[in-house]
Amino acid sequence: MAERVPTVPITIDGVEMEATAGETVLQCARRHGVDIPSLCFLEGLSPVGGCRLCVVEVAEDLRLRPACATTVTSDMEVTTQSSRLRSYRRSILELLFAEGNHVCAVCVSNGACELQDVAVRCGMDHVRYELQAPRRRVDASHPRYVFDPNRCILCTRCVRVCDEIEGAHVWDVAHRGHGAELVTDLHRPWGESTSCTWCGKCVASCPTGALSHQGSSVGEMRHTPDMIAWLVAARRREWTEREARR
Amino acid sequence: MPHTVTIDPVSRIEGHAKVTITLDDAGSVASARFHVTEFRGFEAFCVGRPVWEMPSLTARTCGICPVSHLLASAKAGDAVMGAHIPPAAVLLRRVANLGQIIQSHALSFFHLSSPDLLLGWDADPARRNVFGVMAAEPDLARRGIRLRSFGQSVIEAIAGRKVHSPGIVPGGVANPMSAETRDDLRDRLAEAHATAQNALTLFVGLLDGLDREIRSFGDFPSLFLGLANDEGVWAHDGGHLRFVDATGAVVADHIDAADYRDWIGEAVQHDSYLKSPYFKPLVDRHDDVNRGMYRVGPLARLNVCATMGSPLADEALAAYRERAGGIATSSFFAHWARLIEVIAATEQMATLLADDTILDPMVRATGRISHPRGVGVSEAPRGTLFHDYTVDEYGLLEHVNMIIATGQNNLAMNATVLQIAREWIDGPDIPEPVLNRIEAGIRAFDPCLSCSTHAIGQMPLAVELLDASGARISERRRG
Repeated sequence: MAERVPTVPITIDGVEMEATAGETVLQCARRHGVDIPSLCFLEGLSPVGGCRLCVVEVAEDLRLRPACATTVTSDMEVTTQSSRLRSYRRSILELLFAEGNHVCAVCVSNGACELQDVAVRCGMDHVRYELQAPRRRVDASHPRYVFDPNRCILCTRCVRVCDEIEGAHVWDVAHRGHGAELVTDLHRPWGESTSCTWCGKCVASCPTGALSHQGSSVGEMRHTPDMIAWLVAARRREWTEREARR
Repeated sequence: MPHTVTIDPVSRIEGHAKVTITLDDAGSVASARFHVTEFRGFEAFCVGRPVWEMPSLTARTCGICPVSHLLASAKAGDAVMGAHIPPAAVLLRRVANLGQIIQSHALSFFHLSSPDLLLGWDADPARRNVFGVMAAEPDLARRGIRLRSFGQSVIEAIAGRKVHSPGIVPGGVANPMSAETRDDLRDRLAEAHATAQNALTLFVGLLDGLDREIRSFGDFPSLFLGLANDEGVWAHDGGHLRFVDATGAVVADHIDAADYRDWIGEAVQHDSYLKSPYFKPLVDRHDDVNRGMYRVGPLARLNVCATMGSPLADEALAAYRERAGGIATSSFFAHWARLIEVIAATEQMATLLADDTILDPMVRATGRISHPRGVGVSEAPRGTLFHDYTVDEYGLLEHVNMIIATGQNNLAMNATVLQIAREWIDGPDIPEPVLNRIEAGIRAFDPCLSCSTHAIGQMPLAVELLDASGARISERRRG
């Protein structure tokens, strides 16, 4: 007989639902079809709550909570859409666009970019902040992949997937604040990395055009972030066990 | 509920020009200068980008002829990669460029120039635009618009979008062509061809009343540059560079694209952002660069080639040469040359689409960076286009040089403005029809700045009349 998973009652946007004990607000919301935008979160990786796009309001809590890193509690009342949240999300997106060079029209990921999608969904139709227009050097030294830091939003999906799933820990974030940047092998060119296994999980996970396949032209890059959750499930043998139960 | 949209000011890229005309002490025209006041900076901000992104990036140089930039850029990328592109990709690129030539020439003739030709140089400016043509000659206007639409459809079918298409890439093209798409394009060719033939008949019928325009709209000797194949046949993609002089004598031939710097120098003018390329062998260090003036574009291509390479276009070329006296030296004839090129494009597109190789699914070669420099050349509707890239070992751009057709015609456009000013200006007042003729003389070259401003029917243009001391006597502005 299958083990019963404990649940807790929760209310999201006024709708009562049952959350699985231990899951996050974001997981519960998405399971019930409630859309909360996010960028740094990727199913299968540990949440970091870094991009803050998934912030929600929780009743009787003045602070906004990142839905990806907030575990459900019994009788929690969550609001995912309000004018304050929409305003914050737009500001976050505008800051991301202002900080890098996100020119969709000439990006390898144009048409298949999570940053682009979420900007459209959140109604970000212009940027109020001064564009920084950084000139960061593209690293095309890897035989298979290209890293364009101008398009990086520092979501750290690549850092986490390489560390937690592949176990190689090629990627890291160097420096602080405005100067923060992704580096490979303690700041050596990616092509000289001795720890990179060429597995491509970092490229698959990237939500923007920052990581792409060598030779990709504009609009040709297609990331496959869903494969990470699939890999995690496969490694846990969830499917084979499910099959055995049948 | 009435809703009004106001666009003010209309200021688009490559859409702003200024003309300065200086009078001597006797009040006669001493000099005339054509200035382009826009700055783009593509050659600077492309540095550091991967070469694979360059076609789509540089296509943004022009919204009218992005395919030409896609092709020149992709060819430079081919050279950097040492790629031998598949046969189907060669055919598809050629068809796309023919579509580009058709749509751009249709725009130049029907939308931009036909108002002057059909309604008259002195017609009311409020009516002298494409809407005036629609009112006066609705069938002609409709056919012209449909011709342009056909050219755009060809581009979309091959490269994915009508404007700034992503489908032409280093190594070939991104996607193969389906038989249905091919058949659809073939079905529409006959109408496109007929439209070009009708326009040609109409244009030739107008010539007798335009002698003064013909001899003043850039009628002077110069060199001409264009692509031709080994047999001297008109070429727009592939072939080699050839210079001929005003007598038709071949001055330089079989020039490889990568060697263009041995033949073309680029002068910077103090009063314009448009560089002035010149034929290097004729200009010593301290010479006036006008000694090396050459023209590119339809006029030049028809002067450079021996034949068009397809029967009806060759018939039209023979009649053209008879009227022009062999080599056409007046830029006014560029209108005629454009129509002949559209006829050639429809004929040659039919031949290319009839070849089943074009349906082959293998359309893209891949390769590593294997050469530090690559030069790509294509014939844009306005003339020969060069993209010259130097890359590092990983394919990141270290240096970019682009030589655009409008730039290569800069010296000739200046000479044309001077010729028109001397022919038509008499005293310090500039009447509107003269302003229009100056504009039309520039427009005969179909420069990019007219492309980007045609929608309101008039090119934003400022003409300053200066006396011998440089003081402004009068000024006329438009746009």
